[in-house]
Amino acid sequence: MKIYSEIDVDVSTAHELGLTREEYDRICEILGRTPSYTELGIFGVMWSEHCSYKNSILLLKTLPRTGKRMLVAAGEENAGVIDVGDGFGIVFKIESHNHPSAVEPFQGAATGVGGILRDIFTMGARPIAALNSLRFGELDSDHTKYLFKGIVHGIGNYGNCFGVPTVAGEVYFDRCYTDNPLVNAMAVGVVRTDRMASATAEGVGNPVYIMGSSTGKDGIHGASLLASREFSAESENMRPTVQVGDPFAEKLLLEATLELIASGVVVGIQDMGAAGISCSTSEMSAKGHVGMEVNLDKVPLREDDMSAYEIMLSESQERMLVVIKNGYEAQAKEICEMWEVPLTEIGVVTADGFITIRKSGRLVAHIPAESLVLGGGAPVYERERSKPSYLQLTQRKVDVGPKLQQDECTGVLLKLLSSATIASKRWVYEQYDSQVGTNSIIRSDGDAAVIRIKEIPNRAIAVSTDCNSRYAYLDPYMGGAIAVAEAARNCACVGAEPVAITNCLNFGNPYDPEVYWQFAEAVRGIGDMCRVLNTPVTGGNVSFHNESQQHAIFPTPTIGMLGLIEDIDRTVGNSFTNEGEVVVLLGWQRAELGGSEYLKIVKGRITGTAPFIDPDEEARLQRSVLRLVRDGVVTCAHDCAEGGLLVALAEMTFLHGIGITAAIPFAHNAANLFGEAQSRVLVSVPQSSLAALKAVSMEESVPMVELGRTGGDVFAIKDLVGIPVSDLKNMYDTAIPDIMSVSLV
Amino acid sequence: MKIGVITFPGSNCDADARYAATVSGHQAVQVWHKDEAIPSDAEVIILPGGFSYGDYLRTGAIARFSPIMKDVKRFASEGGLVIGICNGFQILCESGLLPGALIRNENLQFVCRDVLLRVENTNTPFTSACHGLMRIPIAHGEGRYIAPPEVLERLEAQHQVVFRYVNELGEATKDSNPNGSINNIAGIINEAGNVIGMMPHPERAIEPVLGSSDGMVVFESLTMHVQRAIESTT
Repeated sequence: MKIYSEIDVDVSTAHELGLTREEYDRICEILGRTPSYTELGIFGVMWSEHCSYKNSILLLKTLPRTGKRMLVAAGEENAGVIDVGDGFGIVFKIESHNHPSAVEPFQGAATGVGGILRDIFTMGARPIAALNSLRFGELDSDHTKYLFKGIVHGIGNYGNCFGVPTVAGEVYFDRCYTDNPLVNAMAVGVVRTDRMASATAEGVGNPVYIMGSSTGKDGIHGASLLASREFSAESENMRPTVQVGDPFAEKLLLEATLELIASGVVVGIQDMGAAGISCSTSEMSAKGHVGMEVNLDKVPLREDDMSAYEIMLSESQERMLVVIKNGYEAQAKEICEMWEVPLTEIGVVTADGFITIRKSGRLVAHIPAESLVLGGGAPVYERERSKPSYLQLTQRKVDVGPKLQQDECTGVLLKLLSSATIASKRWVYEQYDSQVGTNSIIRSDGDAAVIRIKEIPNRAIAVSTDCNSRYAYLDPYMGGAIAVAEAARNCACVGAEPVAITNCLNFGNPYDPEVYWQFAEAVRGIGDMCRVLNTPVTGGNVSFHNESQQHAIFPTPTIGMLGLIEDIDRTVGNSFTNEGEVVVLLGWQRAELGGSEYLKIVKGRITGTAPFIDPDEEARLQRSVLRLVRDGVVTCAHDCAEGGLLVALAEMTFLHGIGITAAIPFAHNAANLFGEAQSRVLVSVPQSSLAALKAVSMEESVPMVELGRTGGDVFAIKDLVGIPVSDLKNMYDTAIPDIMSVSLV
Repeated sequence: MKIGVITFPGSNCDADARYAATVSGHQAVQVWHKDEAIPSDAEVIILPGGFSYGDYLRTGAIARFSPIMKDVKRFASEGGLVIGICNGFQILCESGLLPGALIRNENLQFVCRDVLLRVENTNTPFTSACHGLMRIPIAHGEGRYIAPPEVLERLEAQHQVVFRYVNELGEATKDSNPNGSINNIAGIINEAGNVIGMMPHPERAIEPVLGSSDGMVVFESLTMHVQRAIESTT
């Protein structure tokens, strides 16, 4: 067999493409010959960290990945699917786009949104919500402001134009993300379970089409060289590896794709994200145990002089690979023509199990599909781990802090409410269309977003994302467990039963044993908490190599949680809605300050250990809150999170300007007032329902403490704070806009 | 009544407009932008929100060349009722059915939030059921209404300004203006009184569960308009 190679390759070429000597030898062994340049490029991207999960898959397999509601196995399709009954499923997934966003914030973030949306609609689901979890450095540099502004703009621009409501998310600021911001985008869709599409090629002789935008030189090496390495001084020069998004093209692609799938002409379909044609052809073939013959001369190109290598590696956006049923080509064409979406036949399904690629009449690649993919021939490693030495420094005992008097306590509260991580994110979310689709029931006014499912009367879902990476830095196991617990708690607070997660695991260089230890511990924590809360992992994404200037980011295992709501009229927000109600703290008040926003803002330290969490207590708390919301006992519920008890109470007064008069029946030290002990939820309950609340608290053995009553327009906490709600709210609302309006070019 | 909702490539509030029309008791029908004619029995046409043609070139600038727009103009000239919401308003301005233009928001940022509207003219087929202030969402990057001084003067004098952004006291202040629109203008009507354009989204405020049902009055006004028409002919 004669294979054309643009240049002669050897092990040094392999190095340039991010492959090791061992991997190169293995490729030669698989092929029984020296690979062509195009083939080596295909192996380079497919065996990159980004596509192969080679350093993570063994650990990911330890996570609980089965559940009675799961309609597809974890990692088997483009996204997870949860059965919500009545013939419908919810498709959801979270994915990172960190490296592209670091070098080109607007396009990097925009295409992150575009990519995750395609993962949803390639399965036949219509996207109904988008979320995002963002991490930046401190807002004291123009560069960070530039990244913050560009990334938010990019997310908004893509989602708004595409027509999906961006309903929730989180933004944290910590120095470790200065050069390596995190952009984790999540999308959620609804699908008729009898119309779900699969990313599988089947039926020898069926034609293979490329659908959507033409292929250009953008995004080449995005997966292998940009996403799978650390940043260096040269990373700025990698801007051309970032793809360019076109949300209008994606909107048309969405409509055409859903109509194609609904019409029954589709055998299999997969979106083109990382590694473009290489990935979609090999994964779809391997999954269907078939091969594919593709003629690159037929691929619509943006510029004429593209080599086979470039076409195979291009990550141009808004493209799909579709296998159409023989004989239904005309019908498929007609649908795509209506939406003005190009549909071009580029190949055929074959029986031999090989990806066979031709260009200009020459054979340029001939590779067993199986050898390229995760679960097939892609390498799998378990890396060395060692407990990080920094932990010896951080894990010093942190005391409960000083006893706070009125002036000092008020000062701390104001400082925390105006710290960027806690302050209102209105500057961010008002740039996102959060209502298109007219399904958004709760957005920024609840602990999780609530989206109704128009297809099923009265039914809704709740979605949230969560991760406090400071906890994960101080104790990756606890940090992973808390991220799951808090995301689930957020769902419970709006009245949703948490049912499944998707995760986005952002870490440093896996070849660093200390980073790998963090990764392994976080995965263990996620797994343990998911098992107790009965929320299996449906899929997700791993992003390694998040490092810059010789240091890794805090380990950031972001969790996207899906919850189910049976009755749309039984949900609550997180703000006081009526005067004269009793405010109750449910859960375990532990005096802890480790890893708190208080320590960071007031003391300038990130020390101690992560807050304690007991999975069984957490499960009981969540069960109680869920019952209280669903039975209509409480009128609002809010998780105690960053900033602790007083910050959470203050946040509950803002939406309706309803104040509170309360006393804190614990020692007035910083740990009780601003510590971030887990498994605590604040609720407001009418006097007449207090007995029902007590009954649930007794039955579930969850402690409850009455703190005070809602009413008035003052935030009055006995001996600690007495200040008009409007003053607090003003600090909370203006902090980020004030920072962003200064000195930004 | 039968309401036709036009779908341009990139429209993304078309389904919401159809849903709102249906919830408010009307019959909704999708009209494809490449169709040459509006369904003969349609009494109202909605140009919905979204990003027709990706907002490329200029918002609404390409959609006005869609084949259906020729018939929309004919329909409007014969007195047919036309509502342009958000991108639909932009298309109506671009196609000359309404005066003025919509440019980028003053702060150059997209904005999605609830706003309060004062209804300046309830003597239109779209607002006769309105009373008091309305809480309606906006979601746009280019909603800053501008017009030459003489046009503006005429609009104000002839009560063609239908909706204005106001504060809770009903005052058109700078703070209550979300995008820098001149005179806090949120919506206008043509001289003949049958073509209205508005940046706020009444179709997003049609059920209490969505946070507001104030947008319903626009659809109720249409019902009243039809009833009056029937009464006047009998």
